[in-house]
Amino acid sequence: MDAQLPALQIVIPLLAAPLCVALRASRAAWLIAVTACWSSLAVAISLLRRVLAEGEAISYHVGGHAPPHGIELRVDALNAFVLVIVTGISAVVVSASRASLSEELPEKRHYLYFAATLLCMTGLLGMTVTGDAFNVFVFLEISSLSAYSLISMGRTRRALTAAYQYLVMGTLGGTFILLGIGLLYMATGSLNMADLAERLCGMESNRTVQAALAFIVLGASIKLALFPLHIWLPNAYAFAPAMVTAFLAATATKVAFYVLVRFLFGVFGTDFAFDAMHLDRVLMPLALLAMFSASTVAIFQRDLRRMLAFSSVAQIGYMVLGLSFASELGLAGGIVHLFNHAVIKSCLFLVMAAIAIGVGSTNIEDLRGIGRRMPLTMAAFVVGGLSLIGVPLTVGFVSKWILVRAALEAGLWPVAAMILASSLLAVVYVWRVVEVAWFQAPAEDAGALRRPPLGLVLSAWVLAAAALVFGVFTDATASVATRAARMLMEAGS
Amino acid sequence: MSAGHYQYWIVAVLMMTGLYVVIAKGNMIKKIIGLNVFQVSVILFYVTMGKVEGGTAPIIAEGFEVYSNPVPHVLMLTAIVVGVATTALALSLVVRIHEAYGSVEEDEVLAMEDDSCGGGG
Repeated sequence: MDAQLPALQIVIPLLAAPLCVALRASRAAWLIAVTACWSSLAVAISLLRRVLAEGEAISYHVGGHAPPHGIELRVDALNAFVLVIVTGISAVVVSASRASLSEELPEKRHYLYFAATLLCMTGLLGMTVTGDAFNVFVFLEISSLSAYSLISMGRTRRALTAAYQYLVMGTLGGTFILLGIGLLYMATGSLNMADLAERLCGMESNRTVQAALAFIVLGASIKLALFPLHIWLPNAYAFAPAMVTAFLAATATKVAFYVLVRFLFGVFGTDFAFDAMHLDRVLMPLALLAMFSASTVAIFQRDLRRMLAFSSVAQIGYMVLGLSFASELGLAGGIVHLFNHAVIKSCLFLVMAAIAIGVGSTNIEDLRGIGRRMPLTMAAFVVGGLSLIGVPLTVGFVSKWILVRAALEAGLWPVAAMILASSLLAVVYVWRVVEVAWFQAPAEDAGALRRPPLGLVLSAWVLAAAALVFGVFTDATASVATRAARMLMEAGS
Repeated sequence: MSAGHYQYWIVAVLMMTGLYVVIAKGNMIKKIIGLNVFQVSVILFYVTMGKVEGGTAPIIAEGFEVYSNPVPHVLMLTAIVVGVATTALALSLVVRIHEAYGSVEEDEVLAMEDDSCGGGG
């Protein structure tokens, strides 16, 4: 049984999805989805424990065919960590989703939401667990196609245009990745990532390989919404059902970031990507621009959902910044921030879903005084907001601290200063909401509040608590991320 | 550059044509057509990559020494399926957009969105 764990990671959600469609009833589909998510989390945790205990990658040969010709699933410290994040967030969000979903989707269509979520999860887990470059493309498209349909389930008609826009951008991104993989195959004759890494040694001046790098980085940047390729993200997050946003914000862009890291460090190697091709000169300015411009735009948003969406673009900037240092510390910072931001953003979007039910609006002006009327919910928002800023004792501080240290280690003190300065922008947009919610009196004509479902508030608090726990006991995440980063740097040089 | 590599020129021209249509056209159906051309160019790229000069279909038989590489072709079966699924989903979205807005022209739809919604643009 133990040997089958990597395959189970894909198979469980893949089989659960058609089961949801077959059963149709909302509660039955929900139960199946919840069971599938929590058992996937159990599988991911046992994989992570095994990888950390054994210290080397677990290789699974699909169908018994040995790599490099057979397809290999390969789990090491990095993707085991990502698997835990994706399955963990899915488990919490899907458990909470039934109550909130009834607000946005007629009950007889709930099963479609659960099936699409499980398929999306299949794709994301597949992208993470596979050791085969072409598999990445296939799973990417599985997750993207289900994400498009999830977004189009939103209540307003703008969800449709948002999904369409994402579909066009996402397909372009996916096809660029496909082209890049094709060029790699043409140059090396292999699709297995570990084998590719070996064969690419000494091919620094090969034009085909250089073009492959360009296309894969471009495609992955579209999928992870790196500034200025992020234009699909704010609308998609703002008009999708609240639960879909909470799920996608924490998983889809994070897995795309993982794919970028895997290709840059695990396939091309730092010598090629950074020393020879100077990718850091492209990625670092874009990351810094994302941090500042998206945070600034977030300050001026009138709608809470769009504010959080733009803040996501900014936070993706921090992750890419960590990667662009091309050092062990910087990469570790990026990976820790991947974890932290997944926890924080899904917490905040769950709070937003609770607000949408309670107040009936996510317009920041309508939130006047709700701090006193929905104290538990808004307290979770404050915890999430503080983490977003990077206040000590929250997870946000851990990753920003590592990123600042990495910047100083690289001798780039202006970059370190910019990390701190952009955090101040986060203070502004988080404070705007806190000020309206806690320090302004409720409007005279404010209608009665509806109680948000308990499961929703509870799930938001589970994630908020995680943000605090991992902010205090920093070793848990930082040590795994450092191990993953060291493994990548050693393999890549 | 040489005439022997003319297929790459075809791929590049098709690819840029598709990309141009996606970017320049306002009609949502035309955008999907552009997207299709774009995807097909990459499929063509893979398919030509597998061709070995003088090679036959990769079925082992007497009298044949050189075989074409079947792997890129097999990969493209998957990519074609993905392309069909994407097109189907995109077209169904366009149908729903047409039902909701009464138009499939991007600028008309965007104009309606700005009028109807206070969520900011």
